[in-house]
Amino acid sequence: MTQPDTAIRSVIVEREFPHPPEKVWRALTESSLIEQWLLKNDFQPVVGRLFNLRREPIANWNGVITCQVLAVEPCRTLSYSWGTLGVDTVVTFTLTPTDAGTHLRMEQSGFGPDRHANYKGARYGWNKFLDNLERVVAGLQ
Amino acid sequence: MPTAADNLFRALADPTRRAIFERLTRDGEQTVHALTARAGVSQPMVSKHLSALRRARLVRPRRCGRETHYHARPEALAPLVDWIAHYSDFWQDKFDRLGELLERMDK
Repeated sequence: MTQPDTAIRSVIVEREFPHPPEKVWRALTESSLIEQWLLKNDFQPVVGRLFNLRREPIANWNGVITCQVLAVEPCRTLSYSWGTLGVDTVVTFTLTPTDAGTHLRMEQSGFGPDRHANYKGARYGWNKFLDNLERVVAGLQ
Repeated sequence: MPTAADNLFRALADPTRRAIFERLTRDGEQTVHALTARAGVSQPMVSKHLSALRRARLVRPRRCGRETHYHARPEALAPLVDWIAHYSDFWQDKFDRLGELLERMDK
């Protein structure tokens, strides 16, 4: 990877699309549109709703991603959990209107729910963990 | 891809375990006592966390007299690095498709 410093914190993909947030929001939240760019799904934009995304099955995996809607703020934020074979992450889309259209940011992070355990009084998040291990992890590549 | 990472992700899902692992990576080998003094949880809890880290091969113990010393094995993080690389490619590709879809929606 060419940018290990940004790549290891979590998975972040950002892009500006020359389309208004309302339209990008539809593509993120209408099941038939989601299927056209992401994966087959039974998504509904309702907080708490369970749904599946389906990838191509591979050896030892049926390709089903189990998800739950965590946050829906029309035209601003969409967040859902993303579970595959014991690895639970959270995918969050953030839309920001720009002069040219919409800036879309996707962050996938978490790698399992952070329990509320404390370490020296401070919550120890994934991003901090990966920041601190940045050089170690970069050295593995 | 996901199966290999399973134990690793489970071990790292807990913030106290991440903190212990990071501490061993940063400060080198430590005894259970030394880790407990700073972890803010009881020694049985620290031992339990160390077992989970051990199952994921993130730490390795060394007996020395009555004390057990633990050191980190950062190379065990490789599945995490692979996972991140996999999903970076996945989302870049999906964003390309999203851009194409948005163009089609114009019609």
